[in-house]
Amino acid sequence: HLATSLPLPSERDHLRPRIDLIVFMIDIKSKYSLKNVEASLAHVDASFFLGKVCFLVTGVGRVNDCSIETNAVCKLGKTYCSPVLFCELELEGVRAATAQRLLRILEICAGHVRGVSALSFVLLMRNSDDD
Amino acid sequence: MDETVAEYIRRTVLKIPRDEIKTMLQKWGFLSEAQLQNLNFHQIKDNISQEVVQLCEENSADIKQAALLDIIYNYIYQDKRIWSVYQMKKSGEELEYFDITDFKKKFKRRIRSTLKNVTITFKEYEDNAIWIRVAWGTPHKKPNQYKPSYVVYHSQTPYVFISASVLKSNMPLLCQALIVASNYHDIREMELRSHSLNSLKDIVFKRYSQNFQTYTAKPLQGGNIESQNADRRIVQENRSEKERIYRLNQEAFGSGPQPKLEFAQYRLETMFKSDPKMDVLDKKEPFRCLVKFSSPHLLESLKSLAPAGMADAPLSPLLTCIPHKARNYFKIREKKGSFPESFVSP
Repeated sequence: HLATSLPLPSERDHLRPRIDLIVFMIDIKSKYSLKNVEASLAHVDASFFLGKVCFLVTGVGRVNDCSIETNAVCKLGKTYCSPVLFCELELEGVRAATAQRLLRILEICAGHVRGVSALSFVLLMRNSDDD
Repeated sequence: MDETVAEYIRRTVLKIPRDEIKTMLQKWGFLSEAQLQNLNFHQIKDNISQEVVQLCEENSADIKQAALLDIIYNYIYQDKRIWSVYQMKKSGEELEYFDITDFKKKFKRRIRSTLKNVTITFKEYEDNAIWIRVAWGTPHKKPNQYKPSYVVYHSQTPYVFISASVLKSNMPLLCQALIVASNYHDIREMELRSHSLNSLKDIVFKRYSQNFQTYTAKPLQGGNIESQNADRRIVQENRSEKERIYRLNQEAFGSGPQPKLEFAQYRLETMFKSDPKMDVLDKKEPFRCLVKFSSPHLLESLKSLAPAGMADAPLSPLLTCIPHKARNYFKIREKKGSFPESFVSP
């Protein structure tokens, strides 16, 4: 499901399946997209932040057009205990690889992988913080 | 043949891209078919232009023919110049029959009565467009052929499109000659400028598609919602919002291609509004600021802002009014009321 911002329009509530993963896409060329994501985060229920949220930063291939600092995004990831992925959608290879990573994360969040749950992501984040 | 004429022809030919030279010389019609056949168009441009000059020498070309070649070049590459739009006003309602010979005679007479050293050339094109080229001199100097003014006049309309030479002091004379020759009594410059002459014509002649309920063959705007839903596995949560934006955008811009403008400029003379406690600018003077939007195709990019999520719809009327008001240069002053921004046409 694609949405431009949160909260989701209530008129479609009855048509929506269970949400397993929320990917917030931030276009590194647009400060507006970061602001939009920050505003939308306020509408997410706290339970999602146990591994069911991830940030995807796009447009990183065009170094000269960056409007957002990577520090700001990484800080966002730390604050919300969620992983941050960087990718460039215009490169087919990177696009495919990123899609596969997201799919894998989604499988875990939806409970399709035995022995691993969304909480594992939170633990992974914690570990990298402590060094 | 005059040396200056030879040099001018040589330089004009050099401007033309090599693949276009033959066609343009044919359009010019001054050199015979036989002469053109004998010309080698596959050598370097320097040599081509030298040969053309030699042929012109044989045919005894004068400045009139050279000026005509220049008009033809500028007609084809009209988008290289910046055009301004002028509107003429008639005093009465008399519908006069337009006589082209009369027009040319009066135009030349008016200019020559003030300035003898000018080169004036006319060329008529299909769509009732009269192209006029004027090279300006001074009472003591021959006309500068390299900095002419170009005027495009559609005789059935009160509009004149001028690409002025950098010698701006001749503008009043040019304007006067135009109104005298066309039997109008006044002329004013509109706040509308662009490289694309055809787009300027589209705007003032209202030839672009406005918001009428007419049938359109296919939607031209890229971000059309129907095409995005090709894959049924993707669900658009904000579909109704997207449709609202699309609809508002269509209302503001119409569904056809937009006229091509490169700039919109807003000169602000408004009071700086800040927290009174900040005490900025304690003098109560208007804050002068110039906002300029530029783009290879300004109106199309404005049209795509809301669907791309980069601006809220509806866009500010200051942006969407550009084709309707036929202007892209604005002065914004304080309105004597409660509105924070307003619009004053000079």
